[in-house]
Amino acid sequence: MTLELYRTEYAKARARRPQGEPAALAERRDAALDRFLEVGFPTTRHEEWRFTSVAPIADQAFAMSAPAVAGACPVNLDPFRFHGVCAAELVFVDGHYVPSLSTRAALLGGARAGSLAAAIAGRVVEVEPHLTRAAPFERSPFVALNTALFADGAFVHVPAHTVLEHPVHLLFVSTGKWDRESFLEETGKNDSRPHLLMSHPRVLAVLGDNSQASIVETYAGPDGARYFTNPVTEIVLGENAVLDHYRLQRESLEAYHVGAIYVRTARSANCASHSVSIGGALVRNDVVAVLGGEGSECTLNGLYLADRQRLVDNHTTIDHATAHCDSREIYKGILADRARGVFNGKIIVRPDAQKTDAKQTNRALLLSEDAQVNSKPELEIFANDVKCTHGAAVGQLDENAVFYLRSRGFGLVEARHMLIHAFLGDVLQRMPLAPVREGIERVVSGQLARALKAAA
Amino acid sequence: MLTVRHLHARVAGREILRGIDLSVKFGEVHAIMGPNGSGKSTLARVLAGHPEYEVTEGQVLFEGEDLLAMDPETRARIGVFMAFQYPIEIPGVNNAYFLKAALNTIRKHRGEEEVDAMEFMTLIREQMKRLDMDESFLSRPVNVSFSGGEKKRNEIFQMAVLEPKLGILDETDSGLDIDALRIVANGVNAMRGAERSFLVVTHYQRLLNYIVPDVVHVLTDGRIVRSGGKELALQLEDKGYTWLEEPVGKR
Repeated sequence: MTLELYRTEYAKARARRPQGEPAALAERRDAALDRFLEVGFPTTRHEEWRFTSVAPIADQAFAMSAPAVAGACPVNLDPFRFHGVCAAELVFVDGHYVPSLSTRAALLGGARAGSLAAAIAGRVVEVEPHLTRAAPFERSPFVALNTALFADGAFVHVPAHTVLEHPVHLLFVSTGKWDRESFLEETGKNDSRPHLLMSHPRVLAVLGDNSQASIVETYAGPDGARYFTNPVTEIVLGENAVLDHYRLQRESLEAYHVGAIYVRTARSANCASHSVSIGGALVRNDVVAVLGGEGSECTLNGLYLADRQRLVDNHTTIDHATAHCDSREIYKGILADRARGVFNGKIIVRPDAQKTDAKQTNRALLLSEDAQVNSKPELEIFANDVKCTHGAAVGQLDENAVFYLRSRGFGLVEARHMLIHAFLGDVLQRMPLAPVREGIERVVSGQLARALKAAA
Repeated sequence: MLTVRHLHARVAGREILRGIDLSVKFGEVHAIMGPNGSGKSTLARVLAGHPEYEVTEGQVLFEGEDLLAMDPETRARIGVFMAFQYPIEIPGVNNAYFLKAALNTIRKHRGEEEVDAMEFMTLIREQMKRLDMDESFLSRPVNVSFSGGEKKRNEIFQMAVLEPKLGILDETDSGLDIDALRIVANGVNAMRGAERSFLVVTHYQRLLNYIVPDVVHVLTDGRIVRSGGKELALQLEDKGYTWLEEPVGKR
């Protein structure tokens, strides 16, 4: 498949942009497109993509939907909402903000959560210094693609000294339905090839000094639909700011999901980012946290489940750029059938980052002989007074423990379920937001029950 | 209540049990003694349904039902309990949750109502006291970083709460100091009654000073070579197992 497709998509996207997008941003988008067209999709010859072939994405034709088509949502959103929990719940359908499906209770203290496109067009002052700065497009073709093509997404701003008591939920739904009529109308091309739908949601979260918030992103789509989601989230934390961030990936089991999260912390800021991957046929999650201020802290939690022939690839980078920063990372995965998992955890300790304390753990549980995981820690340490530990383990369910539970009356499936749940326990316990954690536990349990029944 | 006939079993291709015959009546305590490698623990595990052990011949009836045809959880639910020789650690599952869920699974099977958290606490408090267990134990994960003695006490505690008809103790006394041994024996003795039987597998006679058996069987090389009253255990203590190498009992 030729990359020309993306040039066409870019032309379409540019024509749709609202008036008022600053010229400087437009230039960066042009540059991002050029960058993407220059490097193209990565192949397994790239070190960063050694175990993950994105050929299924590169070889198919995708198109973005127009906002008009996106206005209605044929997908039932109820299973994905967090009812009565959130200060605001913004719904995006195929990458476009849909106010009629969203709820926005009054946010306190001038905090704001809304459409990113609107914030850009309205020249909100907190956007320009950060957008596309925290997530540099030069290093990742997918970030470049998102930067060029994003139509909308969310902008969350919490002013200094403001605490948001309730979480903000950003719900990104793909319909998986491409509308040929509007494609014809817009491009004048009567393309007979069936296009798959793609979207490139962008999230910018800016937390001022001494502020606090919880943000949950959910990505979802209808069962069986094949589409491509390529979200990029940029998180910028001011001094002493505290963010509890969740990304819950519940795409259809046929979907392609390549997502990135970029975090920057100022002095004494504290960011926890929890990545939960449940759906998707081909999934790649990049989390890059730059600890850019002394005394800042970062927690990366990851939990992933895959069965059938699905692939989940987690790449994380924690960049200790300043002294006295702590990072804690636990990733745990469960793989059944012929599923594959990839974990690559990079920790960089810059020359000035003395007294760094970094701890990384990564464990995978294989429920079948054919499941496999490739796991690699990558430590680049340039300072001498630091504590860095890492551990990785891949194992199977302990059959003696299964027997022990059965000998106490638990059924086979129940026993296995209990042990798996226990395996995931510490990752789940590290998610402070109870309603979200419980929601995640329910979804995980449901998915596990399905995988275990199939395996039994 | 338990009838074992001509039981043969093997593990990893090696035959361990070579024809066990055994009959336990309601209310009886039978001790199974024997040297290392004689098959004592294998017998316990076969009765509990450990999947690694393969029964090649024979029959086991529990209250007239074919025990060997049941999976381990069904055996547990109809009242067979084995206290493990090496209790398994289950990180991430706390004792209170574990035991309450197990109890409710078994109660459900018996057609009884499930207990809620309050009822459960009332129910276990006395047992915990008898086995000298601290409240903090309830919130700790099952057997994780327990001492050897704590693990064994936990097994007896579980048995006391789950109230089986047949309790199988697989070398529960091994590695216990005398205080812990008394506590464990106390727990078992408190459960003795006309409706409950025990099979006590042990290497040492010492336990039988505290849990006095009705019948003692000596197992060597996968067969019961001698059965007798509690005085048989004392003879073994005196003379060791070697004097039994010329089997006198039924063959």
